[in-house]
Amino acid sequence: MNPMWIDTLFFYFFALLVLGGGVATITCKSAVHSAISLIVSMVGVAGLFLLQHAEFLFAVQIVLYIGGVMVLFLFVIMLVNLDESMQMRQFNRQWLLAVAAVIAAGVQAVWLLSKPADLPAAVPQVPGGPGNVQRVADVLFSQYLLPFEIASVLLLAAVIGSVVMAKKRL
Amino acid sequence: MESILNSPLFIPLILTVVIVCCVPLVAGYLSLVERKILADFQVRLGPMRVGPHGLLQPIADALKLILKEDIIPNQSDKAIFWMAPAVSTFTALTAFSVIPFTETLHVADVNVGLLVISAMSSVGILGIVLGGWSSNSHYSLLGSLRSGAQLISYEVALAFALLSGVMMAGTLSMTGIVKAQAERQVWFAFDNFGLMLVPFVIYMIAAIAETNRAPFDLPEAESELVAGFHTEYSGLRFALFFLAEYANILVIASVAVTVFWGGWLRPFPNVSWLAWPLEVAFPLAVFAGSGILCIPLMRRLPSQPQRLFLLAVAAALVLIGLLFLIPAVNAAIVGLFWFFFKVSLIVYAMIWFRGTWPRFRYDQLMNVGWKRLIPLGMAAVMVNAVVGMLRG
Repeated sequence: MNPMWIDTLFFYFFALLVLGGGVATITCKSAVHSAISLIVSMVGVAGLFLLQHAEFLFAVQIVLYIGGVMVLFLFVIMLVNLDESMQMRQFNRQWLLAVAAVIAAGVQAVWLLSKPADLPAAVPQVPGGPGNVQRVADVLFSQYLLPFEIASVLLLAAVIGSVVMAKKRL
Repeated sequence: MESILNSPLFIPLILTVVIVCCVPLVAGYLSLVERKILADFQVRLGPMRVGPHGLLQPIADALKLILKEDIIPNQSDKAIFWMAPAVSTFTALTAFSVIPFTETLHVADVNVGLLVISAMSSVGILGIVLGGWSSNSHYSLLGSLRSGAQLISYEVALAFALLSGVMMAGTLSMTGIVKAQAERQVWFAFDNFGLMLVPFVIYMIAAIAETNRAPFDLPEAESELVAGFHTEYSGLRFALFFLAEYANILVIASVAVTVFWGGWLRPFPNVSWLAWPLEVAFPLAVFAGSGILCIPLMRRLPSQPQRLFLLAVAAALVLIGLLFLIPAVNAAIVGLFWFFFKVSLIVYAMIWFRGTWPRFRYDQLMNVGWKRLIPLGMAAVMVNAVVGMLRG
């Protein structure tokens, strides 16, 4: 059951979604098409999470990024005037900076891949053991409690900021 | 052959095909049931022409929608216009994959089942928003904006209500939630000294808003917006949106049954002397009773073939009822019966609400969502957590 080649096939499929979506995001003329391409790319990322048996991350990726963030993005994009944005120049011509950034990212990736893998070995899924959700919760609320709380304070600041900006008179 | 039957993928694959085939049919008949019940509330007869008492009306409607000319507005964004109904239908049907119909009958029992369902419903918004925008029509855009705002607002309240149920079960797996209720020997809606009724009511209100139904049907308010986000859609694409809407109603009702009403469990699953009345007599009475009630309805029918058709329907219902008398068959289908019986109770209640309450105003809708339901949902989570911990 579940031979290796199916996993590989799915990996390439999702990787194609991620990369294809990413490329389409920056090449599409219409902002709405770009947003949809970004959604495709995020679906690919969610699929990759699922391939790694990270079911919780998969579901959260879809709920938060596709369901929450991207729908709000689309709202904003739909209400602006598209005809104007269609006439604007799509790329700003900063080739030097772009090439430098791409080379830096490529070097990083090559360096990481060429290093002998000292990443922690994947924890095998124990049937009947604690599920994915419980494990994430365990780690999040014990080992990484402080970063978790700091992130939530950051979110709170963003919420307060949006209220202040939206409300003319407090 | 033997190896195919024993394959772990056999039941999921068959069930997937069954779901994809049956949901459109069920959705069609759900619309007939809705029209009939609403007609009953308003002392009308409802659809009567196609088949005896309108029994073939959904088939006729579906045929009409499939054969109708497919109109795409000239100025629309063709690709997105084409894609939006597919997104809606896909997400609605995918949500069924984690719903346990009985203990063994489910496509997948994943340990994040409930999250998958809320993920699918949040992606479903995308279909509505894109469909409304790509039509390039003011009514559609306004409808989809209202719809999107409403869905995003009420999703929060819905999540809080479900969180209470998840907390009681200690798992996100749908099968696990029902098993936890079997262990505690009480449906979660009545657990914690009745305190869990609060999240159940919040869930029902939010769920009706999530499915864009009256009294929260502002996105499709006919008198204001023609038909909301699907104003420009016709033919098969409209049918897909329609299918997604009714599939969502079924999903929402199934989730309510699974989390709050004990899924496939019969009422009082631990009281053994109720086993015969509730597992044999009650299903028999429901099916055979509705079959027998069909017979006096035959008088009104104008022609002989129609009478025979209704007689056949009645006989089929009685036969299905008699199936519950065979012990081996009973063991296999009684869970399914209770699951769908509870689902249809909730669907009936949703239709009842539509027939009873007038539409909310937009500011009232947002008030109820943000100022009432979300704080109440948060409070319900807190109170149920404390009470649950005190009980141990």
